[in-house]
Amino acid sequence: MASLLITLQALLSHWRRHRLQCFSIFTGLWLATALWTGVQALNSQARSDYARASGVLSGASQTQLVPRQGEHLAQTLYVQLRTRGVQVTPVLEGRLQLSGSATQAVRLIGIEPLSLPAKMAVAGVQAQAFELSAFIDSPGQSWIGPDTLRQLNLQPGERARTRDGQLMPPLVLQEELAPGVIVVDIGHAQALLGAPGQLSRLLLEKEPPALPADIAAQLMLQTGGDDGDLQRLTDSFHLNLTALGLLAFVVGLFIAHAAIGLALEQRRGLIRTLRACGVSLRVLLTGLALELGVFALLGGLAGVVSGYLLASLLLPDFAASVRGLYGAQIAGQLSLSPQWWLAGVGVSLLGALLAGVSSVLRAARLPLLVLAQPQAWRLAQGPWLRRQALVALLLGLVALGCWEWGNNLTSAFVLLAALLLAAALLLPALLELALAGLARLCRRPLPQWFVADSRQQLPALSLALMALLLALAASVGVGSMTEGFRRTFTGWLDQRLSADLYLTPRDTAQAVQISDWLACQPEATAVLPNWRVEWRLQQWPTQVQGIIDHPYYSNHWPLLEKSAGAWEQLAQGRGIMLSEQLARRLQLGLGDALQLPEPSAQTMPVVGIYADYGNPKGHLLISADWLRQHWPQATLSNLGLTVASAHLPALKRALGQQFNLDDSRMVEQTTLKRWSAAVFERTFAATAALNSLTLGIAGVALFISLLSLGQSRLGQLAPLWALGVERRRLIWLTLGQTLMLSSFTVLLAIPLGLLLAWCLVAVVNVQAFGWRLPLYVLPGQLLQLAVLGVLTSFLASAWPLWQLARRQPSDLLRQFANER
Amino acid sequence: MNVKPWLTALCLLLAGCDGPTPGPNSFAGLGQQASAFQQVTPGHELQFPRDHGAHDGFRIEWWYVTANLQDAQGRQWGAQWTLFRSALRPGAESADWNSPNLWMGHAALTGPGGHQSSEVLARGGIGQAGVEAQPFRAWIDDWSLQGGNGIGQLQMKATGRDFRFDLHLVSERPLVLHGAKGYSEKSGKGQASYYYSQPFYQVSGEVERDGQRVAVTGQAWLDREWSSQPLAAGQSGWDWFSLHLDSGAKVMLFQVREAHGDAYKAGTWVSADGKTQALQGAQIELQVLASSKQANGKTVPTRWRVRLPEQGVDIQVEALYKQAWMNTRFPYWEGPVRVEGGSGQGRGYLEMTGY
Amino acid sequence: MLVVEQLCKSFTTAQGVLPVLQGVDLQLARGSSLALMGESGSGKSTLLHLLAGLDRADSGRILIEDLPLDTRDETALARWRRDSIGLVFQQYNLISSLDVAANLAFQARLAGRHDPAWTAQMAERLGLTELLQRYPEQLSGGQQQRVAIGRALAGRPALVLADEPTGSLDEASSEEVLQLMLELVAQAGSSLLMVTHSRQLAARLEQRCFLKAGRVQPEPD
Repeated sequence: MASLLITLQALLSHWRRHRLQCFSIFTGLWLATALWTGVQALNSQARSDYARASGVLSGASQTQLVPRQGEHLAQTLYVQLRTRGVQVTPVLEGRLQLSGSATQAVRLIGIEPLSLPAKMAVAGVQAQAFELSAFIDSPGQSWIGPDTLRQLNLQPGERARTRDGQLMPPLVLQEELAPGVIVVDIGHAQALLGAPGQLSRLLLEKEPPALPADIAAQLMLQTGGDDGDLQRLTDSFHLNLTALGLLAFVVGLFIAHAAIGLALEQRRGLIRTLRACGVSLRVLLTGLALELGVFALLGGLAGVVSGYLLASLLLPDFAASVRGLYGAQIAGQLSLSPQWWLAGVGVSLLGALLAGVSSVLRAARLPLLVLAQPQAWRLAQGPWLRRQALVALLLGLVALGCWEWGNNLTSAFVLLAALLLAAALLLPALLELALAGLARLCRRPLPQWFVADSRQQLPALSLALMALLLALAASVGVGSMTEGFRRTFTGWLDQRLSADLYLTPRDTAQAVQISDWLACQPEATAVLPNWRVEWRLQQWPTQVQGIIDHPYYSNHWPLLEKSAGAWEQLAQGRGIMLSEQLARRLQLGLGDALQLPEPSAQTMPVVGIYADYGNPKGHLLISADWLRQHWPQATLSNLGLTVASAHLPALKRALGQQFNLDDSRMVEQTTLKRWSAAVFERTFAATAALNSLTLGIAGVALFISLLSLGQSRLGQLAPLWALGVERRRLIWLTLGQTLMLSSFTVLLAIPLGLLLAWCLVAVVNVQAFGWRLPLYVLPGQLLQLAVLGVLTSFLASAWPLWQLARRQPSDLLRQFANER
Repeated sequence: MNVKPWLTALCLLLAGCDGPTPGPNSFAGLGQQASAFQQVTPGHELQFPRDHGAHDGFRIEWWYVTANLQDAQGRQWGAQWTLFRSALRPGAESADWNSPNLWMGHAALTGPGGHQSSEVLARGGIGQAGVEAQPFRAWIDDWSLQGGNGIGQLQMKATGRDFRFDLHLVSERPLVLHGAKGYSEKSGKGQASYYYSQPFYQVSGEVERDGQRVAVTGQAWLDREWSSQPLAAGQSGWDWFSLHLDSGAKVMLFQVREAHGDAYKAGTWVSADGKTQALQGAQIELQVLASSKQANGKTVPTRWRVRLPEQGVDIQVEALYKQAWMNTRFPYWEGPVRVEGGSGQGRGYLEMTGY
Repeated sequence: MLVVEQLCKSFTTAQGVLPVLQGVDLQLARGSSLALMGESGSGKSTLLHLLAGLDRADSGRILIEDLPLDTRDETALARWRRDSIGLVFQQYNLISSLDVAANLAFQARLAGRHDPAWTAQMAERLGLTELLQRYPEQLSGGQQQRVAIGRALAGRPALVLADEPTGSLDEASSEEVLQLMLELVAQAGSSLLMVTHSRQLAARLEQRCFLKAGRVQPEPD
């Protein structure tokens, strides 16, 4: 024990003299843990919120009765079912705008506690445990989750006001309630949502006997609820984030690995002396492992705290994009379990193990008698480089295999990982090759030294350069993808959203009235009703849109692929069109036949495939006439119309007066486009932030590597100085070396990044979202990133060089006296 | 029959705690608000068919039918059908969820092979439960007590988890008003309810248990009672008897047990010719002869001696089936009884709470 | 106390097997001193490493107090070095991150017999008292070697193994350092085995032997 303490003391004394190195190991582990745990925090918060959202009404079987037509059913149906002995409980659900802040819409769920089955819980409250009279009587209760309460900036007991001026029942905090949800008694819900006598659905305790025919005509049984959908739909989104977090983690580990390796190199002499003085190998290794453990623990703790902060910073954007994309509510504040914190520290320990185990093993194998010779290390680099190149080759094969045979998102990410790692491992060999080529060109002594010395630095710098390569390539890849997506998306939006006004009537009946009325208005040059119904095709929720026969579609609905006479076939009810992602999911191509679900069990050929970016559900176009004939429950949920812009305000006014439509039900094209673009921007805000953080970390890696090299660089620079090269020139030469190496790296990063971008748009996107994007090469963006990369390395070398410039000549002199 | 425990039951329902009978504190809270409800006063004349319907403005009310039945093999059955109304606040019924009324239904079938009971709850206003006076109809979910012009003929239906009954009730006889023309005191301290009965129903129909249908005939007794604040502190439970004597006479008896002191007893004697006579406490003697343990571990008296000296009645009342515990939110014992003794035979129903 | 019998050691190099020691015999009595001389590459350092338990012989025996060294395992060898050996190398092999005082006491503390009075006395004799708070790189070569000597002797080891301890010092300081070392070795009661090129230095030790062609040769005249 005493010898362990003394050994530890000696080992740790190294850090007092090499604080920067100490800091870089810490930083590496810290950053790696921070980014990883940050991303995990976002993901786990989101997942728990999805689970809470789908668990507002829990414990019942997933069986429910929903209206065949429209979104509401008459309350009398509920009473009819109850008085015929069917045990159902009513639910009314809707979005409620609260006054105050502009975007406060909540999901209002009205329940009826008396008819709740005994096993069912609402937000964790058992049916028997309701404070009945407080809940159902006036003023009643509004159950609200802690997060929503915070967002509304209200206190329990206070009463929120809806946008149309109604006072809500006093708020009651329910810890387990999902964010963005308010639960009230059904009576209050009907008043608040302006739906007297209306219900959304009826929950069943168990599957009922056959429904009476008159009721079966109006209601249909839905089993196996949509609960899993949110989870499934958002999976790819979270997987993307996870991949980015993993990338950052790896880059952080590169830093730690580089610093730990360097520290070991510098302590070879110390280790040898310790062994010579009689420290046993076991004690030495224990000491090194303990040291690593302390680093991991400190880095992990700091990382978890920063990860938490990072996640808190990103959460608003993140929540906004999940809401925009999937309509899912996520709490505005993180609430993480103790396991999350433990897992964070665990990840740091794992990272330290990954980053440090090779160094500790090397220390174990370190021969006692071989003098600490940097040359030996460098000479050993030769076979090492060959081995690395071999591994890179193997990884390349793995990547090829994944591309050729992979058919899911995991294989797509394995492809990416293999590609990136292969490139990183190949980098030192490529740089070595390039420098060797350069060396042959150099004749004069100083350039000769310049190249030779760069080669000597390469092993020490290679890890940092790999990190730079990875980060830059990721930036190029992700940047090209997002920018490419932006261009494709806006172009597509322009085409797709070309009607001038979009109407969302209250219900089908009103929609039909409006449609009829508009047909008589000469200003409306085209009226395009959209009939809708929701199907499940191979378990995938699919929006079915019935469209009328109108030249508008062939002019404005962009198709990726189509058969001859596609629109005619569609109009005649002899063909359907699928969104790209649905076609992929169903593995259908042009001309293939789709088996339509019951009751219209027939097949129809696919006559066209179109892009439907950003839609997590499947989308299908079909003739409106056919749809209404076979699916009478189809609703007319919205109408598009084209109007000359001069007539638009007047028509809107007329519509508003005639049908009592407010602005939320009449949206102009420009507004809709702006909204879509905003959703898009937010979706990639978190991605972009993580991406630039990763680049920053790579910069830190380079900085730290160069800084650690600074000390040993003196040994190489001193002879030149002694031979008459002035210090200023030495500094420029050294800077030149760094810039040369990083420029090579940047040059390699650009094609790698483009390859990565291709993988993202052609493989990952296809697997994750179901759509393929064209690959855009954006020279401006590439140039920007190249300059950024070089600048990062310039800044990284500036500090060590500044230190070098400040060195006293005596420091340089000492290099001769003090050489190991 | 006493109002208090039922009010207790509904309090429990509203308070959301599923426990034993609470102490007097629970009643105090209710008492404060009660002044806004209509009060039960002596001298008020009941009017029919209006009073068969719900009495908005009163806090609590019930329609309570018990039937003693017999099948072709001579086996004895008992059926209970009960609908309670409880108002959250004074005020008229509305046509939406905002209704002040909560409804609770209890149904039970007791017979060879056991006792089964069921409970349903519903909100007023939307049509899921309610009572209409003319034509008479009381219902909750698919349970109903349906009459025509008045309550001379009733169709009584209820379905539980494993049982069901569908019975036809007929009586040409006049109603029995308890107490003073329907003003029925519940303690010596002024608590009272309006209380009338129809004890003369002849029954036919069928009961069903575990899918087995059995045709039955027999007698039934309807109780109607409503009140707003019939509470007295310190009352721990009660025992209530409705007996059909073979002589054609009917007896209603109850005692409200006091935690401290003597029980408050009262009753009504209806002779075979329909003449009624209110019974005071001193005219009634009740004595427990034997008790039995219920499945849930409670011990309740299931064999009584009942003496009405002035009527020359000295009988033993014994549960037909000792296990008749109602596993409802407010649990109690209710089941058919056999009447034996030198002064006469008969059948009836016994209800016991607070054990 | 130290007996070496027929010790053999060879190294495998790219050019083939290179025999270095080919049957070395040696004896050193307790408290006595021996100078080991020989040409470069004659195997002096190798022998020293074998004696210190830093390396293992191919054959032959090393007996310490009649107990063989070569049968001990790795941990026992480390303990042997820690408790019984003081090493002084040509290069100073100080722990650069520890100051002079910590370096001096290092091995003695490791062996669990740190004697502050003795260390202080030694520092005094070695002229290091003023330099105790300095770090190795702030010392001259002679000063560093004194620290190395002090460290080797701080635990009063049974055997001091010195590999050209004055090899990188000028003549004057060499003489001075050697003198100090001999005095302190005597004072600590240790035996001394010193590898040196210098006949003058060797002459100051009690015994001398020469390594040549992997064997100990009689002292040439």
